Amino acid sequence: MSGLPRTFHGASGASGPLLFLRNTHRTALGEWVTVQTPGESPRRGQVIDAGDAVTVVQVLEETIGLAPATSDITLSGEVAQVTVGRELLGRAFNGVGAPRDGLPPPVGEALRPIWGAPMNPARRLKPEDFIETGISAIDGMNTLVRGQKLPVFSGPGLPALELAAQIVEGARAPHGEPFAAIFCAIGITARETRTFLDRLERSGAMERSVLFLNETRDPSVERILAPRVALAEAEFLAFEAGLHVLVVMADLSNYCETLREIATAREEIPGRRGYPGYMYTDLATLLERAGMLQGRPGSVTQIPILTMPDDDITHPIPDLTGYITEGQIVLSRELHRKGVTPPIDVLPSLSRLMNAGIGQGRTVREHREWADQLYASYTQGREARLMAAIVGESGLGEADRRALTFADRFEREFVNQGGTRRTIEETVARGWQLIESMPRDDLLRIRDATWDARQAAPRPAGVTP
Amino acid sequence: MTAPVLTRVTGALAEAQPLREASLYEVVRVGHRGLLGEVIRVRDDVATLQVYEETTGLEVGEPVERSGRALTLPLGPGLLGSILDGVGRPLERLAELTGDFVQPGARAPTLDPAARWEFRPRRQSGDEVQEGDVLGTVMERGALEHRILVPPGMSGRIAQLDAGQFTVTDAIGRLVDGTPLHLAHDWPVRRPRPVGARLPDDRPLVTGQRVFDLLFPAAEGGTVAVPGGFGTGKTIIEQSLAKYAEADIVVYVGCGERGNEMSEVLREFPRLTDARTGHSIMDRTVMVVNTSNMPVAAREASVYVGITIAEYYRDMGYRVALLADSLSRWAEALREIAARLAEMPGEEGYPTYLSNRLGQFYERAGRVTAIGGPAREGSLTVIAAISPPGGDLSEPVTQATLRVAGALWALDASLANQRQFPAVDWETSYSLYADQVAPWFVQATSPDWPDLRRTVLELLQRGQELRDIAGLVGPEALQDTDRLVLESARIFRELILGQSAYDPNDASSPLGKTHELVALAVTLHRRALGALQRGLPFERLNLGPIRRSLAALRGAPASEQGERAAAARTLIEGLGAEALS
Repeated sequence: MSGLPRTFHGASGASGPLLFLRNTHRTALGEWVTVQTPGESPRRGQVIDAGDAVTVVQVLEETIGLAPATSDITLSGEVAQVTVGRELLGRAFNGVGAPRDGLPPPVGEALRPIWGAPMNPARRLKPEDFIETGISAIDGMNTLVRGQKLPVFSGPGLPALELAAQIVEGARAPHGEPFAAIFCAIGITARETRTFLDRLERSGAMERSVLFLNETRDPSVERILAPRVALAEAEFLAFEAGLHVLVVMADLSNYCETLREIATAREEIPGRRGYPGYMYTDLATLLERAGMLQGRPGSVTQIPILTMPDDDITHPIPDLTGYITEGQIVLSRELHRKGVTPPIDVLPSLSRLMNAGIGQGRTVREHREWADQLYASYTQGREARLMAAIVGESGLGEADRRALTFADRFEREFVNQGGTRRTIEETVARGWQLIESMPRDDLLRIRDATWDARQAAPRPAGVTP
Repeated sequence: MTAPVLTRVTGALAEAQPLREASLYEVVRVGHRGLLGEVIRVRDDVATLQVYEETTGLEVGEPVERSGRALTLPLGPGLLGSILDGVGRPLERLAELTGDFVQPGARAPTLDPAARWEFRPRRQSGDEVQEGDVLGTVMERGALEHRILVPPGMSGRIAQLDAGQFTVTDAIGRLVDGTPLHLAHDWPVRRPRPVGARLPDDRPLVTGQRVFDLLFPAAEGGTVAVPGGFGTGKTIIEQSLAKYAEADIVVYVGCGERGNEMSEVLREFPRLTDARTGHSIMDRTVMVVNTSNMPVAAREASVYVGITIAEYYRDMGYRVALLADSLSRWAEALREIAARLAEMPGEEGYPTYLSNRLGQFYERAGRVTAIGGPAREGSLTVIAAISPPGGDLSEPVTQATLRVAGALWALDASLANQRQFPAVDWETSYSLYADQVAPWFVQATSPDWPDLRRTVLELLQRGQELRDIAGLVGPEALQDTDRLVLESARIFRELILGQSAYDPNDASSPLGKTHELVALAVTLHRRALGALQRGLPFERLNLGPIRRSLAALRGAPASEQGERAAAARTLIEGLGAEALS
């Protein structure tokens, strides 16, 4: 790329977020563009199709009032970059990185391309450091580790942002290392933003947070940029400033809607439900920016939030996300209605990296079998509940009746914890209480050695240092 | 004549002009940084290129340089243990060149040009050699005899062949006509390597996973499709196979998957020992990695790079398993490129040639005799994960695969939600190899193997039907014999077919252990049935302790297996006796 700016007068056409230029020789793919319509503030854009004959620019701000024929279009000769640095901590920006808090723009420590390059897989460090979130259904059953991307699959009206705030508030690094939080709002309402920020403020986590806010009323095309701007900052804080960074992005569904909107404007052949065929790859360029690198101290952990349209987990947005992320935390409307907080359904939830983060020296030695047993008994109880709905509880066998009681208690006593924070020891002890309410013969996942050691140990046990 | 330059850049595609003489699939160097690309369409003097590296920053007017040849891969010693990107560049070397993040334009040879190999000739000057003949050997990673073959298409009389230390670029000798001989040769990845005769699929690829070895066996040289929604455990299955399948060489293609999973493999494999050879698992593994955020065109190429390496080791006479995770991402890369070319789409936007390309890929599998001498048999088994949208198997990639695959291991989200792993849906899954490989299993285990297999399948089927009925009338309303079937099906499901990849004692189940567990569980069912028929009520069978003894056997270390099995057998033989007396 030349690095030299060139200015042209007049574009040949505009459609939605797209601007078409003719005979602009030597444009480069990804080149950053400024569009100046007389009497309007300048707009930023990016070359998405560089051609000898026609060049297509995607304008990244609201295009109402943009007049193609009378505008001056400046091609910058550079790719899109953003200011990053520790100085951004404690501040709020919009989706393209301009201050929203009335303070002057930060000087920063570096300029970084927002379209970050992929990590070399051979240089990645295996994520295996347990993050204690204080939430039993996560720490015990779907353990989060540093460098993981673990989304929350929510439904309309379910408290996903509350859960995310609870995680940010409660998250403890294993050895008290320095950490930071980044919140990226993608097309969520001002009320939702408020919900999240209020909790963050109350917990005093604000000074170690950076906010990038693109709300519903902000230009929709900026939704494509906001998470990338946030991740450029996250990568800097993690891999150059050595912080452990937790990134919360809400709501990926709004991001995907914008992606579809742009694809339609480009008259592309649509894939499933009108979403572009490259949505998997595109989402991966966001989500794969989580991880750790060999020889660098920090980490990027992502908790993206998405809303499943009509609670449908097979909808392309959750479906493609689930294929990229390392598991998912699924919220349940049924549990929410029952008043279980947080309403996490552990059965469809999963943490693929859990096994690396648990066991002796990380959580507790028997974590795997303990969790397997809770899963097995809860599954049996849920099946029994379905059966009982038809044949009545009296039609169940004895073992099924026990399992049914277990499932009820599991939801009420283990998953349901309200706003309190539980240490991993408290979580494990609670789980054992439930397990030990069952006869030994029902507990196939617990090894004899574990069981015997536990029976021999004085209470409270289940915890190894 | 003017030199060709870029006239358009969009996504992974670029156009260059004038490039009338270019041939299809010819490799080109794109732009000042020399990005790797391939010609995929020529129209008049405009050529369309797919670019294997990130195209951001490519400018209209930058030069394009032809290479005159197709995408090739050097095949020779040094492949084992390496981690290559989708076009065959070693990722470690790329990291040295461009840092922790992948940057376009770096050049790194697939085989380390500095490594020296001790070559031991098996032929000598004056010998007449044909394509595929073994010229000699080198030891690769101290673990494998790497046979140096006369490249396909070459033959003649040896004028000179030297023993000694060579790099992959040194000549180790020459033919009488002057053709130099090397430890490595290039091969175009999209072209299958020639083989002799195809052999029948009558030997299993033993996987160490009970549900596959017992119910849905894979054949050596066969093809297996593993479709499953997200979270159903495709990756864990592929990784378990990479660790424990009884193959000499494993080629693992991570196609459009997660970077963190690759780091897990990279950390874990070197520490694991292959029980049969005593060497590290990494010593038999080649990894081809294109994570989901790496350039999409290289994803398309990665499966061909992987299978070409697999064919190369097969030609030496080895049993090779190619594990691809996941072919859906490969198909999506095809779709993405086709869409940018504005091709008329077929089903769900996939190009109309999807099923033909898939078929051609799978047909590179097989158990064969290699060309050349001495006579060798080799096999290439393909086990490919598929990621169907929404877990729906009616989608085009799964359906196109099922037309050619010999076995289907269908994974089911509801089983995965119940933490039943491997989450194999035994009603949908099948293996067309089961009858052909049965004699081998009988030989390796016991004559009752086919009978046990049939019994387990029948009881699982009957158990499923009874579960549906019990869901309506309640289990208490069933007859005692039916309640026993329900219970036995549950034992098979949880204790026999279920296998924990995280339990070091159970992650791999040798055939002997598999047979023992299944035989005990089937005996349990039969004895319990006998007791019921003699009038004992179901409640008094007291199956709890027996279930626990089987669970203990399943999770016991190899050294305690005999003891645990004996304990379970004693309990099973005593079943119902005390109650009757």
